[in-house]
Amino acid sequence: MSFETKKFNCDIATPENMVYTKTNLMNDKPLSYCPGCGHGTAHRLIMETVEEMDILEDTIGIAPVGCSVLAYEFMGTDVQQAAHGRAPALATAISRLYPEKYVFTYQGDGDLAAIGTAETIHACNRGENIVIIFVNNGIYGMTGGQMAPTTLPGMKTSTSPFGRDQKEAGYPLKITELIAQLPGTYYVTRQAVHTAVNVRKTKKAIRKAFEYTRHKKGVSFVEVVSNCNSGWKMTPVDSNKWMEDNMFPFYPLGDIKLPPKQ
Amino acid sequence: MKGNEALAEAAILAGCDGYFGYPITPQSEVMEYLMLNRPEDRTGMVVLQAESETASINMVYGGAGAGKRVMTSSSSPGISLMQEGISYMAGAELPCLIANIVRGGPGLGTIQPAQSDYFQSVKGGGHGDYKIITLAPSSVQEMADFVAISFDLAFKYRTPVLILSDGAIGQMMEKVILPEQRPRWSEEEIRKNTPWATVGRTKDRKNNIITSLDLDPNAQERHNEHLQRKYKTIEENEVRYEEIQCEDAEVILVAYGTSARVCQKSIELAREEGIKLGLIRPISLFPYPSAAIQKYTDQVKGFLSVEMSAGQMVEDVRLAVNGKVKVEHYGRMGGMVPSPEDIVEVIKERIL
Repeated sequence: MSFETKKFNCDIATPENMVYTKTNLMNDKPLSYCPGCGHGTAHRLIMETVEEMDILEDTIGIAPVGCSVLAYEFMGTDVQQAAHGRAPALATAISRLYPEKYVFTYQGDGDLAAIGTAETIHACNRGENIVIIFVNNGIYGMTGGQMAPTTLPGMKTSTSPFGRDQKEAGYPLKITELIAQLPGTYYVTRQAVHTAVNVRKTKKAIRKAFEYTRHKKGVSFVEVVSNCNSGWKMTPVDSNKWMEDNMFPFYPLGDIKLPPKQ
Repeated sequence: MKGNEALAEAAILAGCDGYFGYPITPQSEVMEYLMLNRPEDRTGMVVLQAESETASINMVYGGAGAGKRVMTSSSSPGISLMQEGISYMAGAELPCLIANIVRGGPGLGTIQPAQSDYFQSVKGGGHGDYKIITLAPSSVQEMADFVAISFDLAFKYRTPVLILSDGAIGQMMEKVILPEQRPRWSEEEIRKNTPWATVGRTKDRKNNIITSLDLDPNAQERHNEHLQRKYKTIEENEVRYEEIQCEDAEVILVAYGTSARVCQKSIELAREEGIKLGLIRPISLFPYPSAAIQKYTDQVKGFLSVEMSAGQMVEDVRLAVNGKVKVEHYGRMGGMVPSPEDIVEVIKERIL
């Protein structure tokens, strides 16, 4: 891996001090995400996994509609951009047509748990041999902060300006728990990327998911509970705190479905 | 064979890699035939029953984006559901085959044959400025023949190709001569033939991206201009039609699919009565055989567009004729098929 000090406007960024380098599979294009957003970290963890497993020639990603619609500009793998919610359908076909390949979808909560609910549930129910990365920040970030299927009760958004009223808008959809019930899912977990510890755990989960694809185990589903400081109208630090205090109690982190013991 | 079965068998023989569909009358025999005949054992072709037409067309998008020869089939209400995916595929320039075995509408309509999806098919059924190559078979033989042709056109121009059939042709049984088995492409061939496809990035290239998105209006306009140039090239090179007894015709019928079959009987009846009737049968509906129609404007008293619709294709006949002679429409709707006798009567009343 090459290291060029000229990229850094910082005296201490010298080769001997280097403890971390960006994976070659993250393109150099600056991320379009808001400062403090978890998407960039989630992207990186997937790309690191592909690089470490040396499966670039056999990996195809599917980008959603939402904030991460441009994921293909940042990820170095071959990527198809899907219509809103349809990523699992694309992934199904690619995986069926290329059974030896690694196919992953990268989807937000509106994409996966609202408009794409049918595709999500049926791909999971058929046990397609794919990885689904589900980034849940409880809001539609791209379109300006509207209520999502995962928006918490009482949470204010631009389409629930007085807070989500369950009587009117229904309850937040715990789609991860829902798909964990289906026999086609092999590994279902919920993680976060807001601290170094959580990043390491998420990386491990993503690695496991890709390893299960290698062994053709069916759907591996990794939810990443994330923040949306712009949509939540908070500073990055406050949004992480709010996420810990409010999102994690409703969407508890940890494994939801583990492979049966051998 | 039934028309729907001929289409299915021809897909296997054309080296199709994958079929993704959802049941709907009157085309369910396509997937039934494929499931029963186990193409995975013959050629390795994948057949999958999806959860909806929406999922089907997006599976087709995924497969096509990965360089595979993929297809779906449906009937009118299902094709309406697929329009989003077709628009995306036109935008992302993905090759595929879609067969619409048309039934009467609007809405749930009926399961009987119709030709009322003409506008949707050739004027761009989904959002945005796009066209898809549309072929209209009028026999079971053509249901089989047009499959390989469609795949070739789809890959030549990187565009979805639609076979616009109807419930009568899908359900009728006729003798059919099937083509030889074509091999499916290997992954090496796909990488060579479709270097744009997302098959997995090799070290010698950047990542391939399949998308219809470009947020920069200048770039999006350039992309649209590129698409329009492509449609122009298609119009210049891929027009297909058949002329029947037009040489001496005083009136020419314009009809495709089932209507064209009925019109052939009308020609017999009319000529017995001394009316010189001919038929232009558009085979490609986009690109439309406008020049073939224009050629006869000095010779005939008028044209009659015969359709199982309220009058959709007649607009393209009028555009081709451009006011030089009379253009009339005769159609039945809701699953009704025009009779040869009625067509002759309409000619007498409205054109002669």
